[in-house]
Amino acid sequence: MFHICLLMFSPQNYPLYIRSVPSQNELKFHYTVHTSLDVVEEKVSAVGKSLADQRELYLGLLYPTEDYKVYGYVTNSKVKFVIVVDSSNTSLRDNEIRSMFRKLHNSFTDVMCNPFYNPGDPIQSKAFNGIVSGMMVQTG
Amino acid sequence: MCTMAAEQKKKSLRCRRKKIKTDIYLLCSVAPLRHRAVLLQSATIGGGSGQTQAEPAAWRCVFTGNHSCLVLIPSVVRQTGATYLEEGCIDLFARRVSASPSGSLHASPPGMDQESAAASGASLISLTEHEQRYYSGLHALCQADAPAKLSSSKVAELFKASQLPPESLHKVTEVCGAKHLGYFGTAQFYIALKLLAAAQSGLPVRLESIAGNLPLPRFAGLKNEPAPPASDPQGAPSGSVAWNAADRSSFRHLEANADKKPEPWSPPRSPCSSPPRSPLTYRSYPYSKQRNGVDAQISYDGKLSSRSIVQLEQHSSPGHYVNKPAAEHAAVAQASSAERLNQPATLSYSDDDPWRITVEQLDYYTNQFKTLQPDLGALILGAVAKNFFTKSKLPILELSHIWELSDVDRDGALTFTEFCIAFHLIVARKNGYPLPESLPPTLQPVPDQHQDERIPDTPESSEPLIVFEDAQPRSCQVVKDPNSVARLDPTLASRKHDLQEESLIQEPHQELDPQMRTKTRQRSYSSTSIDDAIKKAEEPPTPPPRPQKTHSRASSLDLNKLFQQGAPGVKSGWLLPPPALPPRPSATQVPHFLKVSEQASQNKVQQPNFADFSHFREEEESGVKLEEQGPASRFGLSSEDLGSASQQDVSGTPHGQAPQKPIRRKYHPESQNLETGAPPPAMPFLPPAKTSQKLLSRQKREIQMAIRKNRETNAVLRRLNSELQQQLKVVHQERVTLESQLELLRPLAST
Repeated sequence: MFHICLLMFSPQNYPLYIRSVPSQNELKFHYTVHTSLDVVEEKVSAVGKSLADQRELYLGLLYPTEDYKVYGYVTNSKVKFVIVVDSSNTSLRDNEIRSMFRKLHNSFTDVMCNPFYNPGDPIQSKAFNGIVSGMMVQTG
Repeated sequence: MCTMAAEQKKKSLRCRRKKIKTDIYLLCSVAPLRHRAVLLQSATIGGGSGQTQAEPAAWRCVFTGNHSCLVLIPSVVRQTGATYLEEGCIDLFARRVSASPSGSLHASPPGMDQESAAASGASLISLTEHEQRYYSGLHALCQADAPAKLSSSKVAELFKASQLPPESLHKVTEVCGAKHLGYFGTAQFYIALKLLAAAQSGLPVRLESIAGNLPLPRFAGLKNEPAPPASDPQGAPSGSVAWNAADRSSFRHLEANADKKPEPWSPPRSPCSSPPRSPLTYRSYPYSKQRNGVDAQISYDGKLSSRSIVQLEQHSSPGHYVNKPAAEHAAVAQASSAERLNQPATLSYSDDDPWRITVEQLDYYTNQFKTLQPDLGALILGAVAKNFFTKSKLPILELSHIWELSDVDRDGALTFTEFCIAFHLIVARKNGYPLPESLPPTLQPVPDQHQDERIPDTPESSEPLIVFEDAQPRSCQVVKDPNSVARLDPTLASRKHDLQEESLIQEPHQELDPQMRTKTRQRSYSSTSIDDAIKKAEEPPTPPPRPQKTHSRASSLDLNKLFQQGAPGVKSGWLLPPPALPPRPSATQVPHFLKVSEQASQNKVQQPNFADFSHFREEEESGVKLEEQGPASRFGLSSEDLGSASQQDVSGTPHGQAPQKPIRRKYHPESQNLETGAPPPAMPFLPPAKTSQKLLSRQKREIQMAIRKNRETNAVLRRLNSELQQQLKVVHQERVTLESQLELLRPLAST
């Protein structure tokens, strides 16, 4: 069973949305992701007004033992998406990750359009959850 | 009998292989009638599982008086396929056998059962006269061939008509003793009815529950006794009278009516039996619900019973009676699946009715919409809708979910249709209906006419990128509506770089991403009548013919000269000759309410004329051309005439321009161009220039107006210029960063 985890962070770096499959590994993913946030920040600030950074971390860089690939993505409003996948899941290619991020971004925009959603709140939208589940099932 | 022997062998084998539970597996076959091995009853004996091991020797045979043979063999609970409960084959033997721990058999006349059962039953219940009548009526309904035994299929239907969950029905069957018996005798039936009443009142299904006074059990679609103690929210009394005759016939002819047309029926009563009237509800809703409820129940029952009858007939056994785990009959499975099948089916039907908006509801929604937004064709912004719906005092999470369901085009604003959907969902929620996960089919919006008009069939280019860029700014746009001018400027500026085709593409591609999005987005700021939308639709496909010229006044030329001297330079966009019409004039008109007509005419010819605009700008500094003045003055004159028209269109212009993407969309500013051009709707009303009486005074007025306009345009252009410069800087910066990134990556790529 492939592990995959998705986290979303607000511009202030607190989590907006956390989802992982299987769900019992969440803590481990949290740690991974929090460290990866540092790298994201570094990249975002270094490049100045860069556009969305899609590919971010690679196997071997952070966790040589654990074989996780961590991908990052930053939206224009500095909302960060981080996806952690098993490196055993070699079937996931870069394009797929990119398309995943794109879908996430679109769904996130839909959530933003909802006037009842206050930016910065944890995301509880069922539609968003559905899309994320679909994505994870697809890749996991 | 050989089949029976075979069955026995099979069962014994099974027993040996698996550990036996304490069940006794009874076989019975009525020789004259059937040769099937039938599971009559499985009852647990004692508590231990090991006591009665499977041995062929443990079988016992009993021959009863009606040519049936009861064979008791301890067997595994697991059943095989052919286990049915046969009417009339089951003796009280089984009951008594199961009751005794030793598992011994008793041969007793079949007649004993009923008496004992009746006795036990009678001791447990005391029927009031009312109940007596009712129950006897129901009893008559369920009469079967065998005397004193009720047709189990009909009883099954009756139970289902009580609308209790299947588990309760099984429990009722068990408690009343029919399970033991294997059939419903009179006493069991009466007990069962009382238990049903208890269950419907919410009491646990136990014999103690029926000791007290209970209301009559309610059966959907069946006749109710006059003045039932419990109020029937379904309004069954009214419908039931009509039903009596129909009901009986339906019961009899159900086999024939295998195909009942599914009809909507009201959802299960439990969640919404007493819908509270929220402040937002209106009278008509409960009426429609009730009305449809009665109708639907009838059809529902008919269908349900028909289906169950069909199933039961096939298996000739009320399989659902036997609820023990041992009784995993195919029949049971099928009967229960029939129940389950009916339930989801009914649920889907239930969706139809409460989710359909009635006419009164629609009127109410329309009025509410009008209070928020007078124009029915326009959009309600998200914030406005949020305030309004928050008044309904539903939790924010539910409101958020409702919004997700109703905002089908995902533009952060509600069209009239979407508003109705949202309102309806809120009303339903306040009435106790759970929110659906997805939009019910009857509530789905019909594709809007207006939107269709505005979708030209143009190809899209580089859509994915645009998606992203649309995504971000879109939400901002909703909020920053008042700042449309600010947004216009950068878009107008960016327009400079782009070709006209892109603008054409922009608008359609915006619409294509998710198609409704951009369309509605354009409308989100329009808040105008449908005319504007139509005009916008007209814009993209072909530039409307230029208004040109019909200036009957010879003095126009003179005015041109006057203008030229009076206001050099700016002649702001709208002064351009028809060929070169920059969209910017729309920007000026936004704040200044310039005569829309000019703008309209200009925008119509805008598209082919981008280059001219830049060209014109250069000329601006150098000096003004007479020709440009000419049309400008013409427009100025005509614009005066369009006093009323401008009023009407002024509101349109901001909206047309508003939907442009903010600065981010440097790559696709065309859309903005087009939008700026579009809004000033097609100039259908270039009113003919009226012939003025006093040329001089008119000229003076015109000159003054022209000067004013020029000044305003000037200011706008200046602002636009500065913003463009800023954008240019930003773009430069980005380019630099990109290049530096490239440099960084290059060594990586090489390694």
